[in-house]
Amino acid sequence: MELAAKHFKANASRALIDVQLQKALGNVEKGFIGKRKKAADALPEFEQLRDNARDIKDHALAHLDLYLEEYEARVKAAGGHVHWAETAEDARRIVLDICRKANARTVTKGKSMITEEIALNDHLSANGIEPVETDLGEYIIQLRGEHPSHIIAPAVHLNKEQVEGDFRRVHTHLSQERDLTEPVALLSEAREVLRQRYFAADVGVTGANFLIAETGSSVIVTNEGNGDLTQTLGKVHVVVASIEKIVPTLEDTSQILRVLARSATGQDMSVYTTFSTGPRRPEDPDGPDEYHVVLLDNGRSSMLGTEYQDMLRCIRCGACMNHCPVYHAVGGHAYGSVYPGPMGAVLTPSLNGIDESGHLPNASTFCGRCESVCPMRIPLPKMMRHWRESEFERNLSPSTTRYGLKFWAFFAKRPKLYRMAVSFGMPLLSLFGGPSRRFKSLPLAGGWTRYRDLPAPEGRTFLQAWAQREALKQEPSAEGAEK
Amino acid sequence: MNARENVLAKLRRVTGVTGDDAARRATVASRLSDAPKGVIPDRANLPRDGKIELFCAMAAQFGATMTRVGSYTDVPAEVSAYLRARNLPAEVRMGADKRLEKAKWSSEKNLEVRSGASDGGDLSGVSHAMAGIAETGTLALFSGPDNPTTINFLPEHHIVVLKASDIKGDMESVWAMVRKAKGKGEMPRALNLVTGPSRSGDIEQTIILGAHGPRALHIVIVD
Repeated sequence: MELAAKHFKANASRALIDVQLQKALGNVEKGFIGKRKKAADALPEFEQLRDNARDIKDHALAHLDLYLEEYEARVKAAGGHVHWAETAEDARRIVLDICRKANARTVTKGKSMITEEIALNDHLSANGIEPVETDLGEYIIQLRGEHPSHIIAPAVHLNKEQVEGDFRRVHTHLSQERDLTEPVALLSEAREVLRQRYFAADVGVTGANFLIAETGSSVIVTNEGNGDLTQTLGKVHVVVASIEKIVPTLEDTSQILRVLARSATGQDMSVYTTFSTGPRRPEDPDGPDEYHVVLLDNGRSSMLGTEYQDMLRCIRCGACMNHCPVYHAVGGHAYGSVYPGPMGAVLTPSLNGIDESGHLPNASTFCGRCESVCPMRIPLPKMMRHWRESEFERNLSPSTTRYGLKFWAFFAKRPKLYRMAVSFGMPLLSLFGGPSRRFKSLPLAGGWTRYRDLPAPEGRTFLQAWAQREALKQEPSAEGAEK
Repeated sequence: MNARENVLAKLRRVTGVTGDDAARRATVASRLSDAPKGVIPDRANLPRDGKIELFCAMAAQFGATMTRVGSYTDVPAEVSAYLRARNLPAEVRMGADKRLEKAKWSSEKNLEVRSGASDGGDLSGVSHAMAGIAETGTLALFSGPDNPTTINFLPEHHIVVLKASDIKGDMESVWAMVRKAKGKGEMPRALNLVTGPSRSGDIEQTIILGAHGPRALHIVIVD
């Protein structure tokens, strides 16, 4: 599947009539929203923790250069290697070099969005090394040749029948008679198949939820245990992480952990939170012989000090997309970017340029649910608005939008004229609304009326209605006097 | 070296700072040495028994089972009973933890105890946790010869022994234990925080226990 954010509109139209997808998307609301609310409500300190989590990341970002130096020194002291990568291409080359030095034929992978961002799998495959995704969702979409449609639930766009079809197509060494109707059977089969891959793999690649400056540890947060098998059983463990994953101390990590799992899946803690520090030690009976960290910039430093800096607080919990009405309607693939949903709508233009991804910050109703649930209090709607402004300023938005906005702005800047025009227009529209009080089609609003009716105005403007309401308050009625 | 210098120089340029600003260095140094705690949930601010009770309730909520025994010598019989009740072979994999050695496994004549790291062929493994976190029902396990990391993930049944006095209220108490055991800024190679048995919700967002890690987590609390 090609990733191209510029096709958002066409992708979204297709997604809306995709019956399988629409059925699967029903699981997003069912699976996430109530659980998050329950977990957050059960912790009285949740809102305070969100404030503190935000402050910790702001502090880390303000001192990022120094914390990165500290972190690097601690990793080296523990016997690990740190590689700095300015671009996705640099990171791919570094990981490939490590794999080649280890004579790797297969590489197991824990779930990681950063390796999606740098398109690591394609690069390894093109160079004769087989990447094996081990997270169940990632494994399924790898079999299908797809990209994740959600940052923590990569296969949320699929139904179990589709997964069954994929397993029957690929796991041909197993009996065709086997019963795969229940999700538990599918999970068991994936477990059996992947068990062998962990042991056969030469290198295990994971991402990181946090990098801790105090200890030089990388942290992964998972539920399945695949990330741990990946990094424990491979001879070489490679962590790929972007520079803004730095947090100062263990204490800071636990503050953010308290909001991460609750916001993501509604768990108090994910099943496995693993702190890894360096390679196997002399006395250790297990663990990797080598431990490498690839520290990736890939556009983050360009966001620092700009109106998009707050986005660097993101901990990739997925709460924003779980609560987004646009994501619920079209799913993650429609965005055509590695990162979907509201966080992707802000991050993608920062990483790939607004020219390529202008549709994404426009794919929002500005309802504000994303910001209201973001554990790091990232003002996502505000930043999407910044992108819309920048798109407008650079003449990138379509001419109809531009003329429409200019026409509206002409009146909006002249309140008297505006009021005169609407007080003339409203009764007229009300009149044309007919007995049904609805428009089935309307010039210049075809995009709306193609799918639904537009209710006709009541005949008065908002200001007229408001003035009348205020006037009624001034002369108390019998009912009002009783109160 | 170039990429490193470029990234650091760019970070400093865009934020208008320098790397040799003594005040910034002092801020970072004091944050790292003081490690301020922040907001600690009140839910685990309980006396000893309350902590143990909360730990058990939370661990059960996340799918773990547990039992309490009076001393380490009761552990082998408890492990045997667990295996028997689930029709599992009387075999366990275990590391070299001194506290587990104290348990006198020879008392269970039929139980085969294999030592060292797991190679994936074990159905059941036994570990000793270094702490329990009451706040979330979480176990903290250190890597090393005493408790090899592979035992935490490869067996289908993970039995974890935990001293009642090691059940702490919050995560921060575990950081204090880590620093006491390893020194400030030092960590075991792997520190695993484990909350319940492994699970996946990747197929239709239906949670199923037993993904790639253990299908069952059984905690034996020793008073």
